[in-house]
Amino acid sequence: MSNLDIWLTIIFLGIGTFLLRFSFIGLVGDRKLPAWMTRHLRYVPVAVMPGLIAPLIVWPQATGGEIDPARLIAAATALLIGSIFRSVLGAIFGGMATLYLMLYLLG
Amino acid sequence: MGADMSRTRGVFWQGVRAGSPFLLVIAPFGLLFGVVATEAGFSLIQTMAMTALVIAGAAQFASVQLLVDGAPVFVAILTGLAVNLRMVMYSASLTPHLGKALTWQKVLMSYFMVDQSYGISIEKYERSPEMPLDEKVAYFFGVISTIAPFWYGFSLIGGLAGSAIPPEYALDFAIPITFIAIVAPSLRSLPHLAAAVVSVIVSLALSWMPYNLWLMVAAVLAMITGAQVEKWLEARK
Repeated sequence: MSNLDIWLTIIFLGIGTFLLRFSFIGLVGDRKLPAWMTRHLRYVPVAVMPGLIAPLIVWPQATGGEIDPARLIAAATALLIGSIFRSVLGAIFGGMATLYLMLYLLG
Repeated sequence: MGADMSRTRGVFWQGVRAGSPFLLVIAPFGLLFGVVATEAGFSLIQTMAMTALVIAGAAQFASVQLLVDGAPVFVAILTGLAVNLRMVMYSASLTPHLGKALTWQKVLMSYFMVDQSYGISIEKYERSPEMPLDEKVAYFFGVISTIAPFWYGFSLIGGLAGSAIPPEYALDFAIPITFIAIVAPSLRSLPHLAAAVVSVIVSLALSWMPYNLWLMVAAVLAMITGAQVEKWLEARK
């Protein structure tokens, strides 16, 4: 990851994200998105984010790609707290606290 | 004119009040992004440039993680944009309410279109659609004027603190935990759950593919899964 890589990512992600936000309100105008499109767009975050992190949870870089019980238990705790209590912050704090506890207990 | 000003000012403050509870979410996220980006090797200027230009936490985390993984730049950009595709939906749903605003207002409102400003504003507009345009605009700016400064400010604090945090704190795991936390509350809906499961299974199965291409394949298949399950559930009703 070079300095140039970082700047290119910042600039193009910034411009692209602005254009996504400006798309209808500034360019297309008052037209409805077709139903099939909203039906797919609705699932984009939940389609991208779990896939992005799954390998990081199962094969973490910090352990050189070895399965790490502490990280698996922390991830499971965050998942449970987030889905049962619907609390984003509770899941983050609970997950990280579990990770520290497990790293301490399991060494 | 004077009466108009005080009327829109009142609505602006309503927006400020509606946005303020969300500071409890925005501040820790901003802080975490500052820390994570700095730990990943971003300079303070780069961290703040990303926070200011993109203002979209999940996409920023996703791109940073991919750069750390050594993914090519175009993959980091495309994945961040994919996470932000939902903004197109927000833009389309705000247009009936804000489409006739002045161009500079629409440019600014687009820049500040985030989950919270969209969610809070659209809820208000749909509850009182008869609101005049200038009040709708004032309300949006009220909401964002509480949220945006905290996003920038806490990213800055995180960026300043980040380099002082030792590796024992296992911050490599902050992004995975954060993404679990963002996604988990939606998993009680069957289509969301199905999409997430497909995303995880496909990405693990295809993780041998180069250039993080597995992520694109997993995302497309998961998105189609979510849409199909939703359609199937509707047909059963």
